[in-house]
Amino acid sequence: MNRPGVDRSGTGGAAAPATGSGRIRTPLPFPTAAKPAVADAQLRANLHRATRTIRAKRARVVDEVPDWEALRDAGSAIKADVQRRLPELLEQFEASATAAGATVHWARDAAEACRIVVALTRAAGADEVVKVKSMATQEIELNEALEAAGIAAYETDLAELIVQLGEDTPSHILVPAIHYNRAQIREIFQRRMPDAPPDLSDEPAALAEVARAHLRRRFLSARVAVSGANFAIADTGTLVVVESEGNGRMCLTLPETLISVVGVEKLLPTFTDLEVFLQLLPRSSTGERMNPYTSMWTGVTPNDGPQAVHVVLVDNGRSAVLADPVGRPALSCIRCSACLNVCPVYERAGGHAYGSVYPGPIGAILSPQLTGVADNASLPYASTLCGACYDVCPVKINIPEILVHLRQQAPHPVAEKATMRVLAWVMRSPRRWATALRLARVGAGPLGAYRERRSGARTLRRLPWPASAWTRSRDLPLPAPQTFREWWEKQ
Amino acid sequence: MTARDEILARLRTALADSPPPVHVPRRYRRVHDRPDLVEVLIDRLEDYRAVVHRGIDALAGLLAEVDRLAVPTDIPADWLAGYAGQVRRDAPPLSPAELDVVDAVLTGCAVAVADTGTIILDTGPAQGRRALTLVPDRHICVVRTDQVVGLLPEALARLDPRAPQTWISGPSATSDIELNRVEGVHGPRRLEVVLVGLDDPLGR
Ligand code: SF4
Repeated sequence: MNRPGVDRSGTGGAAAPATGSGRIRTPLPFPTAAKPAVADAQLRANLHRATRTIRAKRARVVDEVPDWEALRDAGSAIKADVQRRLPELLEQFEASATAAGATVHWARDAAEACRIVVALTRAAGADEVVKVKSMATQEIELNEALEAAGIAAYETDLAELIVQLGEDTPSHILVPAIHYNRAQIREIFQRRMPDAPPDLSDEPAALAEVARAHLRRRFLSARVAVSGANFAIADTGTLVVVESEGNGRMCLTLPETLISVVGVEKLLPTFTDLEVFLQLLPRSSTGERMNPYTSMWTGVTPNDGPQAVHVVLVDNGRSAVLADPVGRPALSCIRCSACLNVCPVYERAGGHAYGSVYPGPIGAILSPQLTGVADNASLPYASTLCGACYDVCPVKINIPEILVHLRQQAPHPVAEKATMRVLAWVMRSPRRWATALRLARVGAGPLGAYRERRSGARTLRRLPWPASAWTRSRDLPLPAPQTFREWWEKQ
Repeated sequence: MTARDEILARLRTALADSPPPVHVPRRYRRVHDRPDLVEVLIDRLEDYRAVVHRGIDALAGLLAEVDRLAVPTDIPADWLAGYAGQVRRDAPPLSPAELDVVDAVLTGCAVAVADTGTIILDTGPAQGRRALTLVPDRHICVVRTDQVVGLLPEALARLDPRAPQTWISGPSATSDIELNRVEGVHGPRRLEVVLVGLDDPLGR
């Protein structure tokens, strides 16, 4: 079996693309992991309210951009170009960043990336770091590695702070504490923040104020900061961080040493390409015209900001994703989280069920590719193939197509095989399928209720046994019949 | 093999199928054709709950409530005309602790984007170091109308990527608690914009 990072014995010799390690693997099959969330009414209510709110905001600000589709086309093409030229662009980035005074490091896998950050922190003489929210550092489990090395890591994003104090893991890319409501957050603050007032109210403004006070002294005295980056610009060596609270600016500006952990796929060819991505990202993610703060830095600026600037370029399975021409576009993802917010499976199962730092539809295609499909075999099934994720993706990643592609590689769980066979039998015959649909639509037949969730996301709620095992915690989609049937034919 | 060489070799191996060259279609808007850019900017800024004032004369009134004011070393002298409070010039550089106790910071900007309500600072004239506009709780920013562009592509064309940049769209905010927007977590909690026209003799 492919084991993370240490697999250098593959067919192509030492340089064969290798799978990744870290928090990208489901410890349990998805249906099992999803069970507690599906049963937790509070959690489902929190998730439902949050995803519905962000969906509406996103739709509103996307609608006011007349050239949205043209921006998506450009974004998608730029990322495809990046993937095609990744080795050369990385070398160009390294040269530009180095010329500007940064030090560039390379990490084959999670463990190597962590070792580099620990060594740099020690060299700076620090025993604590402040961190700005970063998917890459969660992926490589940096906080755990720092702790093991005796270095305290403080998350400074409000949601990450809530999750860290709650000794929990994030459940959403953009709003990591989406699964908590205000009362639960107040409870965590009172339990874990010595400086929280005893009569703390659960008003969001009061909770944010406590977090501000809690972190401010730490910001003003921190010597080392760790960040990720949303984009790394090959022609200038510039790194870009997009955020809301200002904790990012604090981390990127005040400490003496700044270490940025960046996946190799984050490259953009030119500074000008930001004109596309800085339009696509905020509207897709928070549903804002622009996020409150964007920071850009290029190496070291004398007398302004950190004077020791490090960039750790991480592979950790990305070369394995690149090696699959069908799955490759997963590397285009800009982590906007729009696909999570429209996904009927995510809305019910929550982020933790995916077991990876990358939940939702993008996680269902990215994680199995990073680890090797055999190690994450249930994730490609964590979807109804309804296509809503593809519709909202700002860089047009065809997530359903990649899901189907990965399912063909995954070993099928036995029960799933049986239910799939039944579904296949139903769907293979246009007449049976049409009958099933008609029965479903009138709501009287054995196939249960048909419903129109949203435009383009039509789902069947329940199927008869044994298919009921499959639809108990997820809905069966009624996708564009042609493509779906083609797929079933191939099974 | 070094990690660098190994990763680059892995990536080259991964591209063994030689994907064809990609044409990037740039059919998106590069220039904003609306004549009322300044009005659009004001609308967007206010939508983010920044406070907008028109004309340099408004500045004196704003500063009247400020006791201690941090400023970049090259602040135009006219902006401080009549100001009676304490001026903390950033030379020698003010420490984070010193910045933490001022009431406000006053700067200019490099460019402002009407479409998104974004003000961009690139440490150029009248802007100072990044820390200056970060630590104080209130940021007063003078924006000249000739610095206003319509769309993001127009703004990027005016910027030097090598200069550190801070893009600001409204005050610091979080939506992490039940998606309620709360202004001011770590950055300045108040953003006030003074729009100065070209015909204004003090606007330059
Ligand atoms: S796959 Fe697309 S929609 Fe989902 S997070 Fe990535 S960029 Fe956003």
